[in-house]
Amino acid sequence: MSDKQGKVLGVSGNMVSVNFTGDVRMNEVAYIVLSGDDGEAIRLKAEVIRIRGRECDMQVFEDTRGIRVGTPVEFTDELLAIELGPGLLTMTYDGLGNPLDALANKCGFFLQRGVYLPTLDRERVWAWTPVARIGQRLKAGDALGTVPESMYTHRVMVPFGIVGAVEVLDVAPPGEMTVAQTVAKVKLVETGEIRELNMVMPWAVKRPINAYAERLLPETPLTTRIRIVDAFFPVAEGGTACVPGPFGSGKTVFQQGVSKFAEADVVIVAACGERAGEVVETLREFPELIDPRTGKSLMERTIIICNTSSMPVAAREASVYTAVTLAEYYRQMGLRALLLADSTSRWAQALREMSGRLEEIPGEEAFPAYLSSLIAAFYERAGLVRLEDPNLGTTKGSVTTIGTVSPAGGNFEEPVTQSTLAVVGCFLGLTYARSYAKRFPAISPIDSWSKYIERMRPSLEKIYYPGWVDTVKRLGGYYAAGQRVGDQMKVVGEEDLSLSDFVHYLGAEFIDAVFLQQNAFNPIDASPEAARTSLSLQLTARIVDHDFGFTSKVEARDTFTELTANFRDWNITATDAPEYQQLLDRMEARLGGAAQA
Amino acid sequence: MRKVYTHIEQIVGPVVSLHAEGIAYGELARIRLKDGNTTYATVIKLQGDLVTLQVFAGSKGISTGDEVEFLGRQVQLGFSAENLLGRTFNGVGEPIDGRPALQQTTDIDIGGPSFNPARRIIPSELITTGIPMIDMFNTLVKSQKLPIFSVAGEPYNELLARIALQARADVIVLGGMGLKYDDYLFFKNELVPSKERTILFVHTAADPVVECMMVPDMALAAAEQYATDGKDVLVLLTDMTAYADAMKEVAVAMEQIPANRGYPGDLYSQLAARYEKAVDIEGSGSITLLAVTTMPGDDVTHPVPDNTGYITEGQFYLKGGVIDPFGSLSRLKQLVNKKTREDHAPVMNAMIRLYDASRKVRQQQSMGFSISAFDKAVLSYGDEFETRMMDLKVNLPLEAQLDLGWEILANHFTPAQTTLPTKLTDEYWPASA
Repeated sequence: MSDKQGKVLGVSGNMVSVNFTGDVRMNEVAYIVLSGDDGEAIRLKAEVIRIRGRECDMQVFEDTRGIRVGTPVEFTDELLAIELGPGLLTMTYDGLGNPLDALANKCGFFLQRGVYLPTLDRERVWAWTPVARIGQRLKAGDALGTVPESMYTHRVMVPFGIVGAVEVLDVAPPGEMTVAQTVAKVKLVETGEIRELNMVMPWAVKRPINAYAERLLPETPLTTRIRIVDAFFPVAEGGTACVPGPFGSGKTVFQQGVSKFAEADVVIVAACGERAGEVVETLREFPELIDPRTGKSLMERTIIICNTSSMPVAAREASVYTAVTLAEYYRQMGLRALLLADSTSRWAQALREMSGRLEEIPGEEAFPAYLSSLIAAFYERAGLVRLEDPNLGTTKGSVTTIGTVSPAGGNFEEPVTQSTLAVVGCFLGLTYARSYAKRFPAISPIDSWSKYIERMRPSLEKIYYPGWVDTVKRLGGYYAAGQRVGDQMKVVGEEDLSLSDFVHYLGAEFIDAVFLQQNAFNPIDASPEAARTSLSLQLTARIVDHDFGFTSKVEARDTFTELTANFRDWNITATDAPEYQQLLDRMEARLGGAAQA
Repeated sequence: MRKVYTHIEQIVGPVVSLHAEGIAYGELARIRLKDGNTTYATVIKLQGDLVTLQVFAGSKGISTGDEVEFLGRQVQLGFSAENLLGRTFNGVGEPIDGRPALQQTTDIDIGGPSFNPARRIIPSELITTGIPMIDMFNTLVKSQKLPIFSVAGEPYNELLARIALQARADVIVLGGMGLKYDDYLFFKNELVPSKERTILFVHTAADPVVECMMVPDMALAAAEQYATDGKDVLVLLTDMTAYADAMKEVAVAMEQIPANRGYPGDLYSQLAARYEKAVDIEGSGSITLLAVTTMPGDDVTHPVPDNTGYITEGQFYLKGGVIDPFGSLSRLKQLVNKKTREDHAPVMNAMIRLYDASRKVRQQQSMGFSISAFDKAVLSYGDEFETRMMDLKVNLPLEAQLDLGWEILANHFTPAQTTLPTKLTDEYWPASA
């Protein structure tokens, strides 16, 4: 029990002011202790966010009704932390790391306040294999041993917070262990302190985990199987991307597609202040979906941090940190972690709500002045790293962060979008115009960008084919020019357009219809493999480049209409279906040549 | 004996402050006015011994010497599953239909906790309305939350009433906020055929602003009781912009720093807390929520519709007396469209794409450009689509709506021109074409 004591001085929304004795830490966790109807205490978790004299302000992670002036407050001396260890995969947590399933088993359909459960299952048994040797000197992040978790080897590591070297005094022999059992005894070399370690490592979520050898430049793509992204605006493994879009522009469908098909080892979905219904789709579907790369269910590689819009707003602020901490943790095991933060705007709004309650001087659109530095710090937690383990050798691990932004009014000039664009490597801008015309994914082919494409040229051409990047750039340029012709046509009309310009316009529309657009709800078109995408791009390019020798606009339109229909049929045809080759042949015939698959 | 406080320190808008001790956040208080009237208030801020209250009936006529008594509980709704049906209440849950107060009620808290997302299930049942722009193009799904975005002059209340009458639900809870008295009477008359399953919570434009803020919570608390009791509940709210404006009024009176256009920074969270009450409870009932949100100046980027759009599972745009097919969206339609008929989704998409094309051609034509033969087909298609599909008076079963779609397409195009998969055109293309 800590010697510090507090009493509530004031309540405004989810902010509580507390008068305290003793020393209080910034971001320390405290509990406001209410007496419930049945006499049992309800302890509401809160975090210290401002200290002035003997008074501190706390954001409460729960509904604050019933708190009175004078209600006692208990301080914990601990920063807001989450338990790291085996058993995180497949789970669904709220923003503070409470397992939602276990909460439901305990409380029923509705979330009750003041109920907190351990993040890691204390009962579950793991097959422990020691890695470290007695007498060995290790540093933070080095493996003590491993346990198998889903399809991965989960490293149980020297706690990241330990400063300097530790000497291994004892390590448990192979066997069945729960997370709470001691697996190793170490001596801190600097202080001589002896610590018993188990598989649970609490980590303050707002501190980045940096127990790696060095950060590396991202040079390989994280394949998402969304054509427009992988070809035109690829995201690097260890990189960052920002997906802003007005509501109804398909952010959710895009995000769900990425979470299903992205070629990552671990996917952390942070549903931050968004609809609960979206999470439910993931929750219910993933256990049923088989990941073709591993043969296991998708849930086996997924963790969901679910702090949806009607859940307490302060926990929403914490949820993105919880999520990125989990991603960093799995990166430490040499895995490729993908963090999907949906939506960072809700997180920013949570900051704004709290800033308003603190009566801070507001910045643009009442967001706090420190918004951009917090956003930058959040995206900087992504990255590709080299890990050096004395026993397990050198490996690479990565955190790739894709954050969606929900700009007010769909206006990208607003502070959250702008602060994010300043720090990410890839911008996938979803637009009203494309979604109104049902052109999905509604990622703007004109405005979006990726800073990674040149740097990843060698690895991209290895995945697809030599010359891929050049084809992409040429088609991108052709498409943009074709769109300009289209704009011109809107002004001058089709009649006054030259035939060659008109064919250019049709070519651009063709690229859009058969390559840029993708049907996320069709099982085939939703996730083409690299080989198929290579073929798509090559064929698209050949059709666009082909000189059909049109003599009239009607002929040109008819030809492209037919080719579009063939190609779109082909896009939704399985590679082993007979129509697959037939459709290719039909398109080849239009190009005047024999089929070349 | 509860302590009675007799000195009100400050009165600003609907917000009053006084010195009192031992008061809980959110607690309900009763204020006895000098003129003999009584009103209620809730605690919205505590600072030392200074207690800030929002007064339900507004602060008009409140004197600094009025008696304030704290009741030691939160705002509650007197609930009774049988006796609530067919009744009309104000925002505080008092009957305003001239009939006696409810008997044998259980007090339930309003604004209760959030539903555990891990216990939600994927919505899977469609609710047909007979309106093609809903059933075929943007299917309404049980447990969905959808706003109807609308400009002030549109017939949104008429549409709401029609959905209320035609949609399948066990209980209908209508929450009116800032209603014109005429509209209140309209609902009262219009919903008579389904009176036995309808409950009204009404705040009219002339009523105190704080009561307006209570309406969604009251309506949803009642709905939640029925839903957990196995009933499928349809909640209709109109107008959420009035609700948001009420929040703004109170926030400004409390001197909160506004975020966008004067609205409080927690507008999104407040709206979401209400909309997220929509739920399908496994093994029990459900809440489906339709809420009118009027857009000041037809501006969808206005904070209220904008925040709403991010919360809800789609939106209906009511424009020019029809549900606009471009902006309107039911995010859940994919969940039920595969269960209707295999051609549902493709036909829907093709029709919208071609209708979009027709609007573009019409624009070009109006600018005096000559148009191609294909453009002419697109134009005549657009006209037929508008008259036979978009009219809100069309009332057809879903299958008939789909057949009508094929018929309209075939009247103007060849199968290839629709870019629909050949497999479907082979099967569904009308033989007469």
